[in-house]
Amino acid sequence: MESIISYKPLLAVLVPVLVIPVLMSSARRPNVREAWVFAAGFIMFALVVSMTPVILAGHRIELTLFRLMPGADIAFRVDGLGMLFALVASSLYIVTSLYSIGYMRGLKEHGQTRFVCFFALAIASTIGAAFSANLVTLYLFYEMLSLATYPLVAHHEDTTSRISARRYLTFILGTSIGLVLPAMIYCYHVTGTLEFSTAGIFAGQLSKPGATVLLLMFVFGFAKAGVMPFHSWLPAAMVAPTPVSALLHAVAVVKVGVFSIVRVLTGIFGVDLLESFNLGTLVMVIASITILVSSCIALSQDELKRRLAFSTISQLSYIIFGVAMLSSMGQLGGVIHILMHAFGKITLFFCAGAIFVATGKKYISQMKGLGRQMPVTFAAFFIGSLGVIGLPPTGGFYSKWHLISGTLEAGQTIFMVVLLISSFLNAFYFLPIVFQGFFGKSDDAPVNAPVTVREANLCLVVPLAVTALTSVALFFFPQMFVDLIVLGLNL
Amino acid sequence: MNHMPAILLLAPLSGAFFSGLAAWIKPWLSYYIALAATCLSGVAAFCVLGDVMAAGTVQYRMAGWAPPMGIELRIDPLNAMVLLLISAIAFLNLVASVSSVDREIPDRAPSFYVMYQLFVVGLLGVSATGDLFNLYVLIEITSLTSYTMIALGEEGRSHLAALNYIFIGVIGASFYLLGVGYLYITTGSLNMQDVAVILKQIPGSSSAVLTAFVLCILGVWIKMALFPLHVWLPNAYSFAPVGFARVVAPLMTKVMVYVMVRLMVTVFGLDYVFNTLHLADIVVWLGVIAILAGAFMALLQTDLRKMLTYIIVCEIGYMVGGAWLGNTLGMAGAILHILNDALMTFALFLALGNIIYIRKQVDVTNLKGLFAAMPWTMAGLVLAALSIIGVPPLCGFFSKWYLVLGAFEAGAYHFAAALIISSLVCAVLFFKVFEICFFEPMSTSHGHHDHGGAVMTEAPLSMLVPLGLVSTGIVAAGVYAGTIVNTLILPFLQ
Repeated sequence: MESIISYKPLLAVLVPVLVIPVLMSSARRPNVREAWVFAAGFIMFALVVSMTPVILAGHRIELTLFRLMPGADIAFRVDGLGMLFALVASSLYIVTSLYSIGYMRGLKEHGQTRFVCFFALAIASTIGAAFSANLVTLYLFYEMLSLATYPLVAHHEDTTSRISARRYLTFILGTSIGLVLPAMIYCYHVTGTLEFSTAGIFAGQLSKPGATVLLLMFVFGFAKAGVMPFHSWLPAAMVAPTPVSALLHAVAVVKVGVFSIVRVLTGIFGVDLLESFNLGTLVMVIASITILVSSCIALSQDELKRRLAFSTISQLSYIIFGVAMLSSMGQLGGVIHILMHAFGKITLFFCAGAIFVATGKKYISQMKGLGRQMPVTFAAFFIGSLGVIGLPPTGGFYSKWHLISGTLEAGQTIFMVVLLISSFLNAFYFLPIVFQGFFGKSDDAPVNAPVTVREANLCLVVPLAVTALTSVALFFFPQMFVDLIVLGLNL
Repeated sequence: MNHMPAILLLAPLSGAFFSGLAAWIKPWLSYYIALAATCLSGVAAFCVLGDVMAAGTVQYRMAGWAPPMGIELRIDPLNAMVLLLISAIAFLNLVASVSSVDREIPDRAPSFYVMYQLFVVGLLGVSATGDLFNLYVLIEITSLTSYTMIALGEEGRSHLAALNYIFIGVIGASFYLLGVGYLYITTGSLNMQDVAVILKQIPGSSSAVLTAFVLCILGVWIKMALFPLHVWLPNAYSFAPVGFARVVAPLMTKVMVYVMVRLMVTVFGLDYVFNTLHLADIVVWLGVIAILAGAFMALLQTDLRKMLTYIIVCEIGYMVGGAWLGNTLGMAGAILHILNDALMTFALFLALGNIIYIRKQVDVTNLKGLFAAMPWTMAGLVLAALSIIGVPPLCGFFSKWYLVLGAFEAGAYHFAAALIISSLVCAVLFFKVFEICFFEPMSTSHGHHDHGGAVMTEAPLSMLVPLGLVSTGIVAAGVYAGTIVNTLILPFLQ
């Protein structure tokens, strides 16, 4: 493996940041502003893509910016894992930007410039987290992301958003300062380094109780991953405009949380240490509880976005679950779920937003018969549901297949049962929406009235179609991403 | 001989004299003289820092008299940094004062500028001198000028606050002076280096030395407002005129922390402090109590100005606790925090000054709609607040980093816990304020309203530019924290 020094990771992070002053200055010309958003999005995506062949060839891209302390720099290192996450985030940013135009203008939202500025800052932090070479850098971008998302959650400036934003920050900032920060400094105190390495950084310096406490501080401390009981900020954050829920609270923010936990498990503790103390099983138990409980809660939610949020909480724990299996099969299945779930869930959120813009409805009980009026949206919703349940022909099948194989391989039947129950629950809370949408009787229209197709505007429909189709495409062509994960985790 | 150390002190001293005279010709002249004097002092501080970095400790003999008889200025990496900090903040605050002083004390502005420069001379002198008795005199100069300037504030309340401060301040100064007396009896010298050499030959069990140490440190603690000796601080700093609060809040307590570090490291020696005396555990606990008490009392305040003064009390606990952890990391963290906390507090008080300039009062009810009305000031306030909370890459994160690391090394987990809790409490209290500034007045139309009508009433440029510069400083001090520790603080501690 060769390390290549390049400024590309820095540029990819800086492009969305540098465009913010331009966005602010073009506040009065929305079209110009939106053009800049796309320009930044495409440049960032191009930079990320241009690094992909290098990573696939088995190299790494590195860049050290500042030396804070020995063993703790502000530094980037692009490996397979980070590349996978950056590809997901930067490609979906472009799609979401298009969707935002349709959504924000469709609803004549206020403060659109503030919205796009903080959105750009959030995506920059996400890319930064993906490319972080060590825990300090990761923590820096993690906090940046928390703070950049706060004004987006608070966007409506009313009482509900005030309470939600407060809960959001309490959970996210409270855990990262209260748990992750001391745990991180303790790691540095013990080892003198925070660099990620597949062998882990502790060379037999931890006892089992110490390692357990430290691990739990990290797993619960990265509360963006929504591990119960630190999950309730996510349903609250659904008050934000739907593009935020779609990109940030289904992909970027929550997956930075999961990504951080994956990094800590594989890069700080290392598989060997976790295996020797049998800590993988502990994490799997914690994840299983979250998977089952939040799936059950999702069943009872009538507000569509809240149901999606609880589904996200459960799906995020799949990823942690898979990585904590510590076998190559399980880790592959877990990490690739970052990608597969992203495309499935963002499609579902896009649909929820499109329905809200077109009809003003946000409760599932109001959506009977709506599928005949919005066939494209509901078809996409169906594909998205399949992706999240893990059925072919969507990419979600690939991750679920590997997760279940992983449990069988390790002979952990009980965990396999958890996955199967959860899949059934997923099907129970998603498929009736589609079924009722196409075949249910609408409450507010006469039974035999002719149905006219009235989709939301194109800016909303195109993105959700694109992500749904990508979700299908990933079923057929997952190989490049598998290669990235195999390289990134040394499987 | 390089006369920069002398210019550093003489510029504001003569500036004070000429400001007073010039006010008879034209009152506005005194402001520009003060500006020029502090600027010159800043340039000199910069040169001295360069000399110290290049050639090591600078010793300057006033009028050529050799110590221990003559007065010696002794500038090593530690006080070179503190000197630059003082003169830079003093200068930037004067820039910001051009509007606020004219509004608050229009009739007595020239006398304010005279006292202001004397105050700066005092602070610079305290940091530069190598003589224990001179240190006392200079502390008294800063204190006396503080009393007068605090009393220039709000009619009534500020007078009482100043009187309170005088009583407690005099007690603190007396303690310190008594301590120096004991030292003089034992060693027969007042020069710090000289005293340090003689103390090494005296057995550690000497009760005179112990008395001297305890009295000096107690005196300094009173002056720096270590909880529970802090009672004078919140009122004194919040009723003072803004132009003075902005400079005294970041500098006074920090310079006193510097004096404590100087006494511990240079005069008595770390070996004496940690190995002969067994006070360290108790003092770290005092630090813990100060941190928690300061943080929670800040949480109770409804006036932004009072809130910030209690944060100072909390931050003092950081530095005292860190300095007494008994290891290099903790001491380095405490010293780094002198710099970082000065920058953060200055930024907070600059933002506060801007808000007071526009809104007059800073009770929480007066803070509504500030993000729309004063976006630049609020940006500075948010940045400084995030730094206090400890968000990387801002400088507050790194002082916390070193302090927690030092606490782990010393096994002082209670101190680490206090630091984390205070971060969380600071997050709560700042976001409580930001919520009011952002969400209120509550919109009636449930979202979907237009903010185009919000009028921007921002403070004048002369108040925004210093805030911008200090904000940059907060980021820079964070990014280069490793460099600062390695080139300035660790060389001093070795």
